Amino acid sequence: MISNLIKRKIFTLLKVQYSNMLEYRVEIALWAISGIIPFFMLNIWTNNNLNESINISDALLSRYFLCAFFVRQFSVVWVVFSFEEDSLMGKVSPYLIQPLNPFFRYFAQHLAEQITRFPFALIIAFFFFIFNPESIWIPNLVILLLSIVSTFLSFLIQFLIQSIVACLCFWTEKASSIERLLFIPTLFLSGLLAPVVSFPAYVKSWIYLTPFPYLIDFPANLLSGNETNISGGLSMQILWIFLLFPLFKKIWSEGTKKYTAMGS
Amino acid sequence: MNLRKYIKVYKKFLHTSLASELEYKTNILVDLITAILSLVGSIFLLSIFFQNNGYIGGWKFEEALIIQAIYTILNGITNTWFNPNLTEIVKHIREGTLDFVLLKPIDSQFFISLKKINPSGFLEIMLGFLLLFLCIRINQINLNLSFLTLSSITLSCSIFILYSLWFFISTTTIWFVKTWNAIEVLRSFLYIGRFPLNSFSFSLRIFFSVFIPIAFITTIPSEVFLGLSVLWKILLEVIVAALFLITSRKFWLFAIKFYSSASS
Repeated sequence: MISNLIKRKIFTLLKVQYSNMLEYRVEIALWAISGIIPFFMLNIWTNNNLNESINISDALLSRYFLCAFFVRQFSVVWVVFSFEEDSLMGKVSPYLIQPLNPFFRYFAQHLAEQITRFPFALIIAFFFFIFNPESIWIPNLVILLLSIVSTFLSFLIQFLIQSIVACLCFWTEKASSIERLLFIPTLFLSGLLAPVVSFPAYVKSWIYLTPFPYLIDFPANLLSGNETNISGGLSMQILWIFLLFPLFKKIWSEGTKKYTAMGS
Repeated sequence: MNLRKYIKVYKKFLHTSLASELEYKTNILVDLITAILSLVGSIFLLSIFFQNNGYIGGWKFEEALIIQAIYTILNGITNTWFNPNLTEIVKHIREGTLDFVLLKPIDSQFFISLKKINPSGFLEIMLGFLLLFLCIRINQINLNLSFLTLSSITLSCSIFILYSLWFFISTTTIWFVKTWNAIEVLRSFLYIGRFPLNSFSFSLRIFFSVFIPIAFITTIPSEVFLGLSVLWKILLEVIVAALFLITSRKFWLFAIKFYSSASS
């Protein structure tokens, strides 16, 4: 009974958000295009033969950056910007009355957006293969499934981090600037612009203790067939989720106590 | 007379937007840390590229730093003026408030482009100049009058090109209503301005000098600093900048003919 209700809620939420997202197809297509920075980086790497020094062949490196592009496409999170707008506009109050945590709504929004984005990402990958035919490969089914799981876990980690930042909206009005600050290490350390193997030793010694390499580098290495520690990576991802989730619950319950609606 | 009026109006703009932005003082501090981290991150990325290579696209590390400095200055200018103002066009059109702008006895492009200011961008500009002076010392560049004039000409041309690109994209909102993400696409393309043009493959180089002249924005001023620039390149940049400014102006006047306010 209860599980049925939850299922129905989730299904309805997803359906509503998906039709919502379909209205802005061009928006999402453009957003997909804006994620092509990894390809520019690939161009620098191969054009200057930089990959020779880290012992990765051209084909493997281009696969890596393609996978990094894909992982990024399906782990983009913007919950803090939506939540900030809603809380500034006072839209959070009606959400709080409903018997559903508003973050489920945002979560469904993100999933629906990913479904809408999927065909555009495929089209971009298709063009990528036209320009780089030597990098075509077919990952085996187990690897494909595992990398989808790890991409989803990466999405979850980022969603939790951003939700925690979003909850700061209860205290300060502009939480998005904190998110922009956090985005910088994510950009440079996650492996979106350069694979983590190429990092100098003094960074590599501590980077695997942070969540960053598990956001893009690990799933991308897994999918592209580069060397990586599969069980270690997955367990670190799960560990981070277990660390972040209680923190989110705590800050959420503290924040809702603190919340005063517009005009009260 | 007319000019004096515009200067007077601009002073008012400055006053009001500074007053409203300075309410969020911690925000400015967070933005400064973001700018510093972002610069550190890009230098880190650059150092990865130069780990085992002396040259990237014919540029040494110390020379490539000049590009970073110029990029940081331009990015600061973008964050101070272009970003807060031109993203506002989207809002004006969605909410129909562009009517109020068009009705004012003042040039609409002037109003829309300069209304707001984001003071945290100043800090980024200063950061960029700091790095630039450091680079001048490292590369032992002689400061003389002709060098100073040439570098300020090329830098201001870059600013004009950058402004026109932003303004172009924002103007298309009149037809497409939501071009928020088109700006994201431009932003991701501008990202390649952090690296010397020669480090990219031939086809990308053509794309970024003919279609979207990002090549002109950072590489040519940096070449001027290193004393490598040829006269025709500087002349070309001036011509491109003039062309872009004039067309963006014409495009705006053309576009507002198609503007029908929110409920008509």
